[in-house]
Amino acid sequence: MKLLWLQSGGCGGCTLSWLGSEHGSLFRTLADEGIELLWHPSLSEVCLDEALTLIEDCATGRQPVDLLCLEGALLRGPQGTGGYHRFGGRQPMIDWVARIAVRARHVIGIGSCAGFGGITAAGINPADACGLQYDGEVGGGLLGPNYRDAHGLPVINVSGCPPHPDWITETLAMLAQGRLTAADLDDYGRPRFFADQLVHHGCPRNEYYEFKASAQKPSDQGCLMENLGCKGTQAHADCNQRLWNGEGSCLRGGYACIRCTEPGFEEPGHPFEQTPKVAGIPIGLPADMPKAWFVALAALSKSATPQRVKENATADHLMRAPSVKKGRK
Amino acid sequence: MNEPTRRIVGPFNRVEGDLEISLDINAGRVQAAYVNSPLYRGFEQILQGKEPADALTLVPRICGICSVAQSAAAALALADAAGIEAPANGRLAANLTLAAENMADHLTHFYLFFMPDFARSDYAGRSWHAATAERFRATVGSAANEVLPARTRFMHMMGLLAGKWPHTLAVQPGGSTRPLQGSEVYRLHRILREFRGFLESVTFGARLEEVAALDSRDALSAWQMQGAGDLRRFLAIADDLDLWHLGRGTDRFMSFGCYAEEEGRLLPSGVWHDGAQALDIATIREDISHAWYAAAGEARHPAQGGTVPVAEKDGAYSWCKAPRLDGQVVETGALARQVIAGHPLARDMVARDGGSVAARVVARLLELAIVIPAMERWLAAIVPGEPWCIPAPLADDTTGAGLIEAARGSLGHWLTVRRGRIHSYQIIAPTTWNFSPRDSEGQPGALEQALAGLPASGEGALPPAIHHVVRSFDPCMVCTVH
Repeated sequence: MKLLWLQSGGCGGCTLSWLGSEHGSLFRTLADEGIELLWHPSLSEVCLDEALTLIEDCATGRQPVDLLCLEGALLRGPQGTGGYHRFGGRQPMIDWVARIAVRARHVIGIGSCAGFGGITAAGINPADACGLQYDGEVGGGLLGPNYRDAHGLPVINVSGCPPHPDWITETLAMLAQGRLTAADLDDYGRPRFFADQLVHHGCPRNEYYEFKASAQKPSDQGCLMENLGCKGTQAHADCNQRLWNGEGSCLRGGYACIRCTEPGFEEPGHPFEQTPKVAGIPIGLPADMPKAWFVALAALSKSATPQRVKENATADHLMRAPSVKKGRK
Repeated sequence: MNEPTRRIVGPFNRVEGDLEISLDINAGRVQAAYVNSPLYRGFEQILQGKEPADALTLVPRICGICSVAQSAAAALALADAAGIEAPANGRLAANLTLAAENMADHLTHFYLFFMPDFARSDYAGRSWHAATAERFRATVGSAANEVLPARTRFMHMMGLLAGKWPHTLAVQPGGSTRPLQGSEVYRLHRILREFRGFLESVTFGARLEEVAALDSRDALSAWQMQGAGDLRRFLAIADDLDLWHLGRGTDRFMSFGCYAEEEGRLLPSGVWHDGAQALDIATIREDISHAWYAAAGEARHPAQGGTVPVAEKDGAYSWCKAPRLDGQVVETGALARQVIAGHPLARDMVARDGGSVAARVVARLLELAIVIPAMERWLAAIVPGEPWCIPAPLADDTTGAGLIEAARGSLGHWLTVRRGRIHSYQIIAPTTWNFSPRDSEGQPGALEQALAGLPASGEGALPPAIHHVVRSFDPCMVCTVH
């Protein structure tokens, strides 16, 4: 399998995340999976004219491409020219991507920028950024909603800002082994092996969540949903099961999940680290939760909160340890 | 003199982003270089109108390799605007998080971005080529495959300190969102010790303290003969190719300083040009005469600056603005930091031959030997149970500046808040300084100066020396324009 990796309107953070693969040296893993890196802008020796020739060959079909990975959003501006990113200072990157995508066996959007536009599309979206097959939540983007590869797959979106390194590696390995089918992708083209989970699953703050014992300020140990903007109950990803950089996740780091695997996360309509509420009730409810039940359960659980959980929720270290049973022989 | 031949070279890779350079070549030499940063995303426009604290989410995403440095600059700008200072644990956590990123960047640059150029077939005739190719060839060399697992393990520090890397929200104006308990401090300690072990056996073949104590070029040359390790491999190549006399820039160095201690900073701010000079931030101006931005009068200080991109402009050739310090071109990076901090080896390297490819690379590795022990000290100073973060309430109309050092040099954020929203947010990144285009006086940027005079021809393969000079600055192109 020959892999071509291109970068456009992004930060390079997907590649940097990927290099932290937990499966040993990334280069050895790829080789072991039968994936050959044709070219990667951060990692390959080949550059300048030699690289341009190789990429031109990919665009004409002289060099077959099995896996086209794009990192970063497609920049259509200014005025539809693509001039905000001319690859190597010459042709617009959107033209290169469009030419190679129609010939590649599979097209993979690495990160939420390549998938949906992402952070690069935030605010006034100065560069007119979009994703490969989505413009935010709307089908479209550079390749259009009807794009399918020769195997009937849409653009495969390994979303996230950045994606977990092993989401990328495992997706590529599944493709290399011919194991990824349309049924393995969710409604936004995200591999279900990570997108069918919620960030909430495995959150270490679960006891605080159960009792709605909430953090009031950064560094508090309580649940981050009620006040500090956490969307872990709505965000599709396995961040608290797989863990980041060994033993991390956003929640474990003490800050909100901003649902970075979802299209449109860059414009939540409120400050990222504050929970929008109506009459004291958070507007964003947990996935699949009826509002009336959420309100009823929250009220009940708040009134049932153990003192230990209440005190620890608004402190940055353990105020009260779980009690130990004593006196039995 | 003949008319020069214009040659456009790009894409450069292993520069964290995209880069193109135009070379005017005359009589076998580069007569003039024009550096183009070809990607514009518009973060300064994206930030306008946002809640000030949203900068903490948005600005790290300028760059996947300087992500924490961007967070730290934003947090400092917000802390400055709020008039607060983080408690001791918060300060120590911020130091550790920034240092973990900067040290990983030095490692990544040396092994993955810079050294693979010596494995190129251009050097097939050199005595060291076969061994270097085996060790450093891109993606297949033995070094990369040793370094990646060590880097992954080292970045487990980020899992504990910052939740994840890149793009954390743990770095806040009031400190850190991540209180560490005793056993977590111990886990961090083990990771640091493992990384020290890796550096001492693989990179240096020596104790970190021994490397940090090298106090002159002569001491370095003597040390070079005494053992193994990848730094010594590089030094042998540097001597053979005379990388000590390649890529001299302006020899005017600048650092904003970083790693706040109880008193002062581990690496202080300053300017060095044939001696120490004071750094006057007020004299910074961003010139846009040769960049694709709408001109609005004279070059401005970033606190008064703006960003209005234009598709076409006479004389413009980059999306990178041209920052100048008191009208001067400065070089920023690990060499600048160590010269300004007064490290005797850095001072001696610059006194002898000025800034060079070799001096920049040595300074970067020297910094690993200096900062890892400092990280061990900061970790030991953490007191679990003491505060980690304080509130940072912001007035509706206020300003702030955040100045910090990313791995590759000085990073500044300038924030103006009006009616509770971001009115202006201007960023000058390290590579904006180093890879700037010309200014209205026609002064070329630091890389443009470093490339002038190098041997080159109008066609055929570009001499590898040009690659070494470009990458010796450890450029980060995504930060450059942002």
